[in-house]
Amino acid sequence: MSDYNFAYLDEQTKRMIRRAILKGLAIPGYQVPFASREMPMPYGWGTGGVQVSAAILTPEDTLKVIDQGADDTTNAVSIRRFFQKTAGVAVTEATAQASVIQTRHRIPEADLRADQILVYQVPIPEPLRFLEPSEVETRKMHALEDYGLMHVKLYEDISQHGDIATAYAYPVKVEGRYVMDPSPIPKFDNPKLEMAGIQLFGAGREQRIYAIPPYTRVVSLDFDDYPFQPTKADHACDLCGAQNSYLDELIVDDDGGRVFMCSDTDYCSTRRKQGHVGAQGVPYAEGAT
Amino acid sequence: MIHVENVSKFFTLHNQGAAEIPVMAGASLCVARGECVALTGASGAGKSTLMRMIYGNYLTASGRIMVGEVDVARAAPREIIALRRRTLGYVSQFLRVVPRVSTRDVVAEPLLATGATRAEALAQAETLLARLNIPERLWPLSPTTFSGGEQQRVNIARGFAYPYPALLLDEPTASLDPDNRATVLAMIGEAKDRGAAIIGIFHDRMARDEVCDRTLDVGQFTPGRAA
Amino acid sequence: MTPLLEVENISKSYGARVGCTGVSFDLYPGEVMGIVGESGSGKSTLLNCLAGHLCPDLGAVRFDTRADGLHDTLTMSEPERRMLGRTDWAFVHQNPRDGLRMNVSAGGNVGERLMAVNARHYGDIRAAAVDWLGRVEIAQDRIDDRPAAFSGGMQQRLQIARNLVTGPRLVFMDEPTGGLDVSVQARLLDLLRGLVRDMNLSAIIVTHDLAVVRLLADRLMVMKDGHVIETGLTDQVLDDPQHAYTQLLVSSVLQV
Repeated sequence: MSDYNFAYLDEQTKRMIRRAILKGLAIPGYQVPFASREMPMPYGWGTGGVQVSAAILTPEDTLKVIDQGADDTTNAVSIRRFFQKTAGVAVTEATAQASVIQTRHRIPEADLRADQILVYQVPIPEPLRFLEPSEVETRKMHALEDYGLMHVKLYEDISQHGDIATAYAYPVKVEGRYVMDPSPIPKFDNPKLEMAGIQLFGAGREQRIYAIPPYTRVVSLDFDDYPFQPTKADHACDLCGAQNSYLDELIVDDDGGRVFMCSDTDYCSTRRKQGHVGAQGVPYAEGAT
Repeated sequence: MIHVENVSKFFTLHNQGAAEIPVMAGASLCVARGECVALTGASGAGKSTLMRMIYGNYLTASGRIMVGEVDVARAAPREIIALRRRTLGYVSQFLRVVPRVSTRDVVAEPLLATGATRAEALAQAETLLARLNIPERLWPLSPTTFSGGEQQRVNIARGFAYPYPALLLDEPTASLDPDNRATVLAMIGEAKDRGAAIIGIFHDRMARDEVCDRTLDVGQFTPGRAA
Repeated sequence: MTPLLEVENISKSYGARVGCTGVSFDLYPGEVMGIVGESGSGKSTLLNCLAGHLCPDLGAVRFDTRADGLHDTLTMSEPERRMLGRTDWAFVHQNPRDGLRMNVSAGGNVGERLMAVNARHYGDIRAAAVDWLGRVEIAQDRIDDRPAAFSGGMQQRLQIARNLVTGPRLVFMDEPTGGLDVSVQARLLDLLRGLVRDMNLSAIIVTHDLAVVRLLADRLMVMKDGHVIETGLTDQVLDDPQHAYTQLLVSSVLQV
């Protein structure tokens, strides 16, 4: 192995982060400040998520890392290799087999279990930031549950676009108290925020950690006459035929031909292994991609 | 209805070496409902001053001024405001023009302030304006550009819009031609008939004799002069 | 009748310098109080103390809350005071930019106070915004425009709409016509007069402009060097000023 401490961070730092995590779990949706460390990757590349994962990993864990749903993008691969090198933990692409899943911008399609932890990478943790630039003021708003401004944002959307146009990072109210930014997941994923697993959110550059304990009430904000709708592209996956998973759209040729496929690569390949085939799919063959 | 008892007034002009100018002392006056009393006296004798003191526009140095149940000389500002809204009306010598408010709205305002609906208030305003011969085409305009006589008629219309139990009229017939003067005098007569107590200043002797029951020479209250 | 606002002995100093001192008065429903004075008189300090923007060194500001009667707003908790600020109280700033969200549409600006007290029906919120824009004479088709695109007078009228939409009972105004063109001022004053009368508002208006108080205020307080030197009915203070300073102020106003 290497000279690194287990999972790169020193033990005192891990304690500090764990204390922040415990506080976050005790106050669902509340942003806990923490002393973000310098990581061997630039800010904006998942340092918050990596610090949270580093603080909670044990040698017995199995880690999965996804980026926009895929295990095989550059960043997912880099982070997975980082933990293999510094923690020596087992890694997997199979959602069902992972005990810790670090994700950027998606929640896996498969329901998570009570023994699983989902770690989100968060760029801007403050849902009110774009309307109220003052940190002092936003802290007060959270403290006093003064959230009128959040609905102003939704009002603006409807008045400009005819509908609530926010497609990702759709704000939610957690356990009836704190308004939270669920990180830039598509609004399609919002209903999944109510789950059996533990959800931890890390923002490295902004130095905040927040959390949703299992089975917590998470409600997406809306208006009575413009209710929240988790929308996705009106297609089935062309590879595995799934009707209810979030899809990526791929332009495949110069004529603008397109293919829709599950953004969650593990979900898609699992279905294909089970024999499902989509409109443009090839039956699953052992050894093929 | 109106009882002025032993009232005095002086002005202190601080910016002219604190010169103290006594204007009136021992002024007393009683006006019953349905009565019209004219204040007379030389120019500068204090007629307008007394009227303003009754209205609360000038402070009273000593004495009492009862209008109904309220002692204007001692009342709190909100009591005087309430009095002016429903009890005591005042038609000053010159219309104070608020830019941009239409003639119709100027006259309707006292009615709106007492809770009339907009429709009622405007209708009554229009009736009065018509009676005082203000042409209809002028009603939506602000009185800023009107002639002195027209402004005065608007002022009178506003003063008579609400049936005040007590009225103070400062030169109501000045600048008016005979027809309009007759109308105003008729309106004063109607106010008397419904029981209003009226104090008026009229330089026009004939007008005064027509509507007033008696006169009071304020010159007798000028300090330093024999009664 | 209970006063709407009971102000008792408000004093605020900046170190050795007196901001305002020993100010007391009662304000009743439907009354408009003007506070005039020149720069440095303490009028803005007083207004900010009354409105809860500054903490006075001494004194009490008791407001007649609808639920529980007179409460000293200076000892209220922050959430209570914020709620008051969103519902029963309003504050019109001299510079409309201080009282508006410049990056939110006019409709959003007007609707914000409604949304802050849990209005959750978009259609109703928008209808209320349209109604209020009409009342302050802003064309309906500007409802989705940002205030940055409005003239100064329009911004000020928008600020007024934004403040009045929840039907407050007490409005604080800090030089509401300052910085506006004369014709625009006139229009704004008419609007304020009408709204004050129609909504039976109480208001406390700070201004250096005697014409504004003549038009809008029932009562007047004249301040100099942090003290209230004269108070009474507006027309009485302006027509029969007693104090030397008041006489100086009144005689200094140019008649056009």
